[in-house]
Amino acid sequence: MRKKSYKAWLEGDIAFRGFTYLAALSLVGVVLAILWVLVEKSQLTFTKFGPGFALGSRWDPVHGVFGALPLVYGTVVSSLIALAIALPLSLGIAIYLTQLAPHWLRGPVSFLVELLAAIPSVVYGLWGVFVLVPWVRSSVEPVLGSALGFLPLFRGAPYGFGMLAAGIILAIMITPTISAVSREVLLAVPRSQQEAMLALGATRWETIRMVVLPYGRSGILGAAILGLGRALGETMAVTMVIGNRPQISPSLFELAQTIASIIANEFSEAFNDLHLSALVAAGFILFVITLLLHVMARLLVWRVARVPQGVTRE
Amino acid sequence: MNVKLLVEEFSAWYGKNQAVKDVTLPVPLHQVTAIIGPSGCGKSTLIRCLNRLHELLPGTRTKGRVMLDGQDIYSDNMDLAELRHRIGMVFQKPNPFSTMSIFNNVAAGVRVNGLRPGTKMEDIVEKSLRMAALWDEVKDRLHESPYNLSGGQQQRLCIARALAVEPEVLLMDEPCSALDPASTLKVEELIADLKSRYTILMVTHNMQQAARVADYTAFFLNGQMIEYGLTTEIFTNPKDKRTEDYISGRFG
Amino acid sequence: MRIRRNQRRRIVDRIMGVLSVLATVVALIPLASILIYVSAKGLSAINWDFFTKLPKPVGEPGGGMANAIVGTMILVGLASAMGIPLGILAGIYLAEFGRGRLAWTVRFICDVMTGIPSIIVGIAVYGTIVVAMKRYSAIAGGVALAIIMLPLVTRTTEEMLKLVPNSLREASLALGAPQWRTVVSVVLRSAAGGIITGVMLAVARIAGETAPLLFTALSSRYWHTGLDQRIASLPVYIYTYATTPYEDLHRLAWGAALVLLALVLVTSMAARVAGRRASGGNRG
Repeated sequence: MRKKSYKAWLEGDIAFRGFTYLAALSLVGVVLAILWVLVEKSQLTFTKFGPGFALGSRWDPVHGVFGALPLVYGTVVSSLIALAIALPLSLGIAIYLTQLAPHWLRGPVSFLVELLAAIPSVVYGLWGVFVLVPWVRSSVEPVLGSALGFLPLFRGAPYGFGMLAAGIILAIMITPTISAVSREVLLAVPRSQQEAMLALGATRWETIRMVVLPYGRSGILGAAILGLGRALGETMAVTMVIGNRPQISPSLFELAQTIASIIANEFSEAFNDLHLSALVAAGFILFVITLLLHVMARLLVWRVARVPQGVTRE
Repeated sequence: MNVKLLVEEFSAWYGKNQAVKDVTLPVPLHQVTAIIGPSGCGKSTLIRCLNRLHELLPGTRTKGRVMLDGQDIYSDNMDLAELRHRIGMVFQKPNPFSTMSIFNNVAAGVRVNGLRPGTKMEDIVEKSLRMAALWDEVKDRLHESPYNLSGGQQQRLCIARALAVEPEVLLMDEPCSALDPASTLKVEELIADLKSRYTILMVTHNMQQAARVADYTAFFLNGQMIEYGLTTEIFTNPKDKRTEDYISGRFG
Repeated sequence: MRIRRNQRRRIVDRIMGVLSVLATVVALIPLASILIYVSAKGLSAINWDFFTKLPKPVGEPGGGMANAIVGTMILVGLASAMGIPLGILAGIYLAEFGRGRLAWTVRFICDVMTGIPSIIVGIAVYGTIVVAMKRYSAIAGGVALAIIMLPLVTRTTEEMLKLVPNSLREASLALGAPQWRTVVSVVLRSAAGGIITGVMLAVARIAGETAPLLFTALSSRYWHTGLDQRIASLPVYIYTYATTPYEDLHRLAWGAALVLLALVLVTSMAARVAGRRASGGNRG
């Protein structure tokens, strides 16, 4: 009797343990499945174009010629614009929220900044199309063009749509990620380090520059990479404002295309198997890039601070 | 008595909790003054008010005056950077800057406050490390991280760092509490050497230490200053019963 | 000399302070702009028809988005039905049993999954489920959203369970309760507040996802007829309507954006409030 109940007890536990084990394995399974699809469905393209696929500069579904370079270019450049805008902005926010803001203001302001992360990508896109793009067309591009038009970066007709608009909208979208992670990193700087600098007669800014930022350096780098990774994979908002033309142009005013946006645009209307597999192959490149960046970022941030919940996505 | 720093009718709060209660304490020029008392008696809070670090914590406030050479450091036109340049501090736990080399630790304060014309950074660093009796131990590894040093060496590095900016007053918040006896002895000798040029105010919970190095001693209990006087007087002939109890080891 | 220098230092300090305030303000301008535009333009599009009628073909005025609202609910419900239990179980594994190489791998994979672009998840689901079923379906959309949800739920569950003090587990085990009952009725219950917060944040997150639906659930002009059929959703409607040249459809897109944003923001704010209450307020 006693033995039997012990057995039942044990079986319950083993079954429970088994369930959780299977659930944990399902995560591994999902990632393997994603990898399998990416590899399997891109076969056609990689056997036809080889690794040169990544370097081909022509994307022409009608003639069946596929090179991913314009997409990679658009993806990387739009994300770098975003990072160039968002990183200083986020550092400013993180510094304000951890060092300078009155204590009662810190909670509400960080809440508002994190609210930016909760807005769906497609809503950013909608706002981008009807608010941001007209503003870029009527104000940003003419001003940049007349002030910095001697640079090839800022030449051409102001469409509004294009690389610049995509970069700006991505910057807005990754700011909450970078600033929230940087904030955690700066909060992890020991008070004793800051007090030591202040006690030597340093101003607050000198303390930030000489002690706080150097201490958080690797964590901030991690935050930036995390933000970059998110920008690279961002789809809807970019698709809606970048203009969707796979080309490589030095001008940021020109229309462009990213890997994610071309998949969103062409995948469900692919001409044939080759076109489909080329899109998957581009996705595979994106997957590898974001994966590497993500792992790198996590290794950098993990050491310094915990990443707050709900601020990372995509 | 030539008073360098005068704390007058001074109180300090953490939120609702009053840590320093209406204290008046003179700190004489070129002398060592010690504040003793059991932990939680407000002595650390008080000295953190003297370079205005206390107010950086949320929910803190202060009342009263602290006169440095006759000027109230709590007046509105006080430049905090300037004040902290004149009143240096050594903390309870050694806290060298972890991202800087030994050399840069000592140089950091000079860099922000400005190198005086005609002086060289190398000379200032060497002089400060010599004053802190650390030069011989670190002269061959000035560009290494301070975290390779022992706790006692780290604390002397922090003292050198504070001396490098040539403050007028040096606040020391239990500078030996994290150190072994040999290092403690070194730091105490150092304090004795320094007093010819600096005005020193130190907090300690170690009565023997106060007796060894301080010229004047103040006894604190529950945020109040119970007694103040020449160290010899306090230890041999305390006027207050509570001081006597503390010194004879009946509590704390 | 020294006074001049100190003056300069004070000015630099002041300027950097102002710049940091400015950075914060600049970051909040888009937030304000988005909230204002979506509410203003959205409100003018919303009426009774919006919630009760099907979309009209292009050119005909009026029509609503009832099917998309229902569709989003169904998709989120499907994804939750798969993602939440699986995620919680995986989280329990990591917190209660997970040691050694497998646990490390799962933790790592879970972390990596949060970094996978959602459009890639769409491709993967297309390549498996859509290809196998030979059609776009609500099921495929639900699976795609569940995959995005899974690592979020797993990680929250693990973190929350790890906060539960061991003494609680020991007390329950000492009373003779089997481990599964200890976990379910003692550990899980005392971590429930935090887990619910995390789960709600994950739900809010997937409700707004568009990219993984584009070639899994696709979209539909009609009422939902079965889980194996394509299904309409708010995010996809916003995308398709915003990219058409028709003024009427733009108006509907703003209306849909308002409904979606309200759904997402209310859910994630409620999650935060619930979390603050449960964890004593040091989060977010």
